[in-house]
Amino acid sequence: MSRNLILGACLSSLVVLAALVSFVWTPYDYAALNIPDKLQPPNAQHWFGTDHFGRDMFSMIMVGARTSIAVALVAVGIGMALGVPLGLTAAARKESWLDELIMRGNDLVFAFPSLVIAILITAVFGAGAINAIIAIGIFNIPVFARITRGAALSLWEREFILAARVSGKGAARISAEHILPNVANLLIVQGTIQFSLGILAEAGLSYVGLGAQPPTPSWGRMLADAQTMVSFAPHLALIPGLAIIVTVLGLNLLGDGLRDWLDPRIRVARA
Amino acid sequence: MHSLVPQVSPVFLPVERSCWTRSACAPNVASMLRYALKRLISLMISLAVASVVIFAVIEVAPGDPASFMLGVNAQEDTLAALRAELGLDVSKVQRYFNWIGGMVVGDFGTSYTYRTPVSQMIADRLWVSLPLALYALTLSTAIAFPVGIYAAARRGKPGDLTVMGATQLGIAVPNFWFAMMLVLIFAINLRWFNAGGFAGWDKGVWTGLHSLTLPAIALALPQAAILARVMRSSLLDILGEDFMRTARAKGLSRRQALWRHGVRNALIPVLTIIGLQFSFLLAGSIIIEQVFYLPGLGRLVFQAISARDLIVVESVVMLLVFAVITVNFLVDLAYAAVDPRLRSRT
Repeated sequence: MSRNLILGACLSSLVVLAALVSFVWTPYDYAALNIPDKLQPPNAQHWFGTDHFGRDMFSMIMVGARTSIAVALVAVGIGMALGVPLGLTAAARKESWLDELIMRGNDLVFAFPSLVIAILITAVFGAGAINAIIAIGIFNIPVFARITRGAALSLWEREFILAARVSGKGAARISAEHILPNVANLLIVQGTIQFSLGILAEAGLSYVGLGAQPPTPSWGRMLADAQTMVSFAPHLALIPGLAIIVTVLGLNLLGDGLRDWLDPRIRVARA
Repeated sequence: MHSLVPQVSPVFLPVERSCWTRSACAPNVASMLRYALKRLISLMISLAVASVVIFAVIEVAPGDPASFMLGVNAQEDTLAALRAELGLDVSKVQRYFNWIGGMVVGDFGTSYTYRTPVSQMIADRLWVSLPLALYALTLSTAIAFPVGIYAAARRGKPGDLTVMGATQLGIAVPNFWFAMMLVLIFAINLRWFNAGGFAGWDKGVWTGLHSLTLPAIALALPQAAILARVMRSSLLDILGEDFMRTARAKGLSRRQALWRHGVRNALIPVLTIIGLQFSFLLAGSIIIEQVFYLPGLGRLVFQAISARDLIVVESVVMLLVFAVITVNFLVDLAYAAVDPRLRSRT
């Protein structure tokens, strides 16, 4: 196992652990206002300090991890649930009108500046975590469809697929039983990368006020609140930012490490 | 959102010129034209579908702009008059075609809240957003090229590892957070720049560029990290090619071979990424403009959203989509012009 994989796994599990623990325990109530203790820098009582309402930043970061992970994870789920079957279908019906339709549709979604459309969707249907998930999820669909189709196409040329066809299995069954398990590694790696992009996208959307709404803490929202206070309370901006960086860095390293570990031959051109 | 780095086929051989006379070149020109036409048709379809999607999303938005503007106590006949004035009293299909037809001739409609032509509002804001995106693109390229080449030339050495670590970090940093840190350091503590706002171009190009510098750096650095990685891996692929060995064998030094044959061939995939980055920069500038209070397209969109000025939202989003799709189209064409093998695909 590479250093990347270990470091990435450690950082990612640290964040996931914080999110899970927050369901049963946080140092303080994340929503409890305590105005006399406001804007404290990190200290022994409040490890990450307190915000302008005296809320404990450490507790907010823990609960914020929950929001980030939930949004990004469901968005990746949407992308996989719709993208993978589309990619499998396109590959099974290579060069048919269906393949053409799916791939052109993919290109179309790809051509949209994703953040702009995410802003449009959340703006029209109202800000909130659910709409943020949908907006991010839609743009995961073509990613998974394309990567599944690409990998499946070369598999369809292989002998063991021919054997399965000779034995009388239909295209759908071959896709599910033989193609899917063979592209799973690739999907796990891509899923990790999309997960980290989802965390960044969620932070961006909630920073501009289109993500999870208060009182649900989210890292992007904490940064937006910190903006006017950054000159006298820099920890308000530093800490949520570092939380995002640790998460995204961890997931990216994990993705890179998994790619090398699961299959050294997979050389996704992700530089 | 889509993968930060689009997949690029790793092998790019130098293009051979197979024809030297006009008649021998003719089929090449024809294949290029056929490719361009095909891509142009798919560009048109993309734009048409995009416009329908945007229009439909805006259409299902709850709330009637006229009653939003006049308040809950407005009389029914006043509302009807305003709807007629805004062109909202015709059928949806009619309205769609009015919108598209207007856009084609540069008439983007009239803002619901400001009662001024949307095209004028967009033109004013474009003078901030476009220079910002181009400034950031220039910075990101200027940083990424030398860094990527340096890393590739020192593959596996400490210099390379440092660069790779730094770019890994650069990709993980949200640009709006980075922007806040820049403000904290360079505007609040060092006072080299203003913390926000735009001085305007009428006070001189330098004043304008000065107020766009921090936002451009914030936008450029994460993109530069990606671009440097692409440059490095593209160059490493090229360095393993036979013609690189030939170049060394015929007596070129490592450095000469790298610059004359390596970098030039590695540029092809890198240029594609630069084209694609334009869309990230445009979208990214929407958020960065919020950090720096820049009066660009991004702020226009957010102001329009909060005022439910949907015609402005619709038109700005369509314009951004148009810009991105067109840039991608141009990149494809440039790419096919350089590499004939691509014309047979798609």
